[in-house]
Amino acid sequence: MLEVKDLRKSYGSTVAVDGVTFRIAKGETVGLLGPNGAGKTTTVSMIAGLLRPDSGEVLIEGRPLGGDSDPIKRRIGLVPQDIALFDELPARDNLEFFGALYRLDGAQLKRVTSEALDLVGLADKAREKVRNFSGGMKRRLNLAAALLHDPDILLLDEPTVGVDPQSRNAIFDNLETLKKRGKTLLYTTHYMEEAERLCDRLVVIDHGKVIADDTLHGLYRLLPVTNILSIELETANGGLRLEDVRAVSGVRSAEVAEGVLRVGVHDLSTGAPGILQWLADTGHLYTHVASERPDLETVFLNLTGRSLRDS
Amino acid sequence: MMIPLVALIRKDLRLFLSDRRAVIMSFVAPIMIAAFFGYIFGGNGGKTETSRIAVLVVDQDTSAISRAIFADLAANKSLDVKASEPDPAREAVRKGTATVAVVLPKDFGASAGRAFFRTENKPEIALLYDPSHSAEQGMVQGILTGSVMQVVSREMFNGTTGQAVVRESLSQIDRSSGLAPADKRSLHDLLQSVEQWNERAQAAGASGQTGLSTGLTVPYRIREEAVTARTGVQYNGYAHSFGGMSVQFILFMGIDVGIGVLLQRQRGLWKRLRAAPISRGLLLGSRAISAAMISMLILLVVFGVARIVFGVRIEGSMPGFLGVCVAFSLMTAAFGLLVAALGKTPEATRGLSIFVTLILVMLGGAWVPAFIFPQWLQTVTMFVPTRWAMDGFDAMTWRGLGFSAAIGPIAALLGSTAVFGALAVSRFRWEAEG
Repeated sequence: MLEVKDLRKSYGSTVAVDGVTFRIAKGETVGLLGPNGAGKTTTVSMIAGLLRPDSGEVLIEGRPLGGDSDPIKRRIGLVPQDIALFDELPARDNLEFFGALYRLDGAQLKRVTSEALDLVGLADKAREKVRNFSGGMKRRLNLAAALLHDPDILLLDEPTVGVDPQSRNAIFDNLETLKKRGKTLLYTTHYMEEAERLCDRLVVIDHGKVIADDTLHGLYRLLPVTNILSIELETANGGLRLEDVRAVSGVRSAEVAEGVLRVGVHDLSTGAPGILQWLADTGHLYTHVASERPDLETVFLNLTGRSLRDS
Repeated sequence: MMIPLVALIRKDLRLFLSDRRAVIMSFVAPIMIAAFFGYIFGGNGGKTETSRIAVLVVDQDTSAISRAIFADLAANKSLDVKASEPDPAREAVRKGTATVAVVLPKDFGASAGRAFFRTENKPEIALLYDPSHSAEQGMVQGILTGSVMQVVSREMFNGTTGQAVVRESLSQIDRSSGLAPADKRSLHDLLQSVEQWNERAQAAGASGQTGLSTGLTVPYRIREEAVTARTGVQYNGYAHSFGGMSVQFILFMGIDVGIGVLLQRQRGLWKRLRAAPISRGLLLGSRAISAAMISMLILLVVFGVARIVFGVRIEGSMPGFLGVCVAFSLMTAAFGLLVAALGKTPEATRGLSIFVTLILVMLGGAWVPAFIFPQWLQTVTMFVPTRWAMDGFDAMTWRGLGFSAAIGPIAALLGSTAVFGALAVSRFRWEAEG
C-alpha cells in the first residue's frame, strides 16, 4: 500500500532523514518509533507531500506521489502533531471546511462529517466552538478531521501528545476501529506502550536512519533476554551463589535483591523449567514465581545504547 | 477546484467576521478617526468653527492712532485680541496662552505719522510670537500691516494729528537747507495739497458730507472661491480623511492576513491545508481573494458611512472610484502575502509590519497632505503606493475628476500588486514548518 524508498532530506549541513526505506501492507499498522529529533516528523511530512525529499520516493500502491494537487493525496489522511483546528469555528464547521478541501460538498459532506463526529464521540458537541473543548476533545476532533475523505492510509504524528489517559484510551479505541475497517496506519510515537498496544510492526528510526524494522516479537528476539523470572525465595539468600545460577542451562543473567532472584532467560519454555528444577534440587525453596517481558524501551536501549526517552 | 476555493475564501471571511477586534479595527476605528480628522481639517464645506488666534496688544502710546489700531485688530474675526502690559504679555506668549503679542511703543502715533512722509525715524512695533505658531505669526503680521496703514493714513489725511504733522513737516522743509530747491518745492507742494485736502475734508465733515477720504486702503478686494468638483459643491474635509483612514486600517488588515498565515503555520494548520490535494496557487490565491474582498467590504462600508453621516460624495467618476478601490484592495492582498512570505514568527513580524505600514501611510499623505512635504520627499512618495491610493480617492471624491484621473492611480496600484505578489511568491517558505 505504502512504500518509502531511500528517502533523504537535509537542512543545510544537518541530515534529518538519511536513506529511510520501509513498506506498509494494506491494513497493516506500523509504528514509526524513535526519540525526539530522530527524523520521524520529517519522514511523515515527505510521505504526506508537505516536504520535497532531496532524493528517494514515496509510492502509493506503486504510484509515486506527485505534486501538490496530485489526486493520489486523497488516499492519505494526515493527523498532525499539533492540534490543527480553527478554534474560532464550531467542530462541525471545522470538519466541513477540511472535507471541502477534498472536494466534498452538499449532502455527502454533511454525511461524512456526521460519521466522523460519531466515530470520535463528539456528535453532541458539533455546534460548539473548538476553543471551548478540552485538550482530549480537540485531539479526537484532530483525528476526525483526517477521516472525512475516507483515506486508505492514515499518517498519525504523535496523535496523543498531552492528553489525559481517558482521552488516550478513547483515541486508541478509535484507531482500533479504523484498523478493523482495514485502514493502513503509520503511527509515529515515542511512547513504547502505545506502539506495543497498537502496532503490528515497528520501524525504529534514529539519527535519520532505520535501525530496525520488524514485528514486536521479532524485535524482542534481538534481545539476549526475552523474559525475566522473578522468584521470591523462602529464605532471604540461603547460601545461593549467583555464579551457580548463571551456569544453569538456558539462564542468561541472574541477580538477587531483597530475597527476590531475577533470572533472565532467552526462551521461557526451556529456561523456566530448568532454573526452577535446579532451585528445588539444590534446596532453595521459593514461594512465588512471576514472569515479565522486557519492553520496547529495552529494545531501543539494546539497539542504540541510549534510552529512548532521554535521547 | 471551485469547492476548495470557495471553502477557503468562506473560511477566511468567517474567521475575519468572528474576530471582534479585527472588525472594530477595520470598520469602527477608521470611521471614528476619519470623523475626528475631517472635523479638524475643515469638516463639511469648511463650516467648522476654527479657533481664533490669541493676540495681546500692549498699547504704550494710548494715542488716537494706537487706540484705532487696537479697535481695528479687535474687530477682525480671525483674532482674539486682548489688551495687556509688556511683562504679562511676554510671559503669556512664553507659556503658550497667547500666540502673538503686539507692542505699540510710546509716541507711536506721532512717529508713524511723521514717518508716513519721510523715511527716517520709523517707530518700531515689537511682535512677540510663539515659535511653534510661525504660520499664525505671519497671518497676524499681515493683518497688523493693513490695519496700521489704514489707520495712520486716515489720520494723516483727516485727523488733527495729521494736520499737526503736515504743518510741522512744511515748516521743517522750509527750514531745510539740505534739499535741492526743486525737491524742496515739490515736497512743499505735496504737503500743502494734503493740508488743503484736510481742510476741505473737515469742512465737508462739519456740513454733514462724508467720504472724501478714509485714508489709504488696500487697492483691491479678494473674491474667495474654493475650486472643487463643480460650482456650488463645497469642499468636504471628511473626504480626504476617510480616504486616509481607510488606507491605513485596510493595510493593518493586510498585516493580519500575513500574520494569519504565519499563525496557521505555527499551529500546524498549514500542514493540514498542504496535505490536501490543492495547488500552492490555490492556497495563496484564495488568501489573496479573501483579503481583497474584505478590503473592498471595508472601503464600501467606510465610504458608505462617510456618505450618509458626513456627506462625502463621489463627485468624480464612480467607475474610477470603484477601480481605485479594487486596485487598492488587490495591492493590500499582495502586501499581506508579502508579510507572510518575509515574516518568521507572528510576534516579530507584527511589530515590524506595523512600523512599515505607518511609514507608508504617512508618506502617502493619509495623515497630512503630501504637499507640505519637502520637494525631494514629494518625489520619493511617487514610488509609494499609498500616495497613489490617496490621490485616486481624492480625485474621485471631492476633486470630482473623471475616469481618466483614476487611470494613473489604478495602474500604479496594480503595478505595486504585481511587484508585491511576485516577491511574495518567490520568497514564500513552503517547507517551513513553524
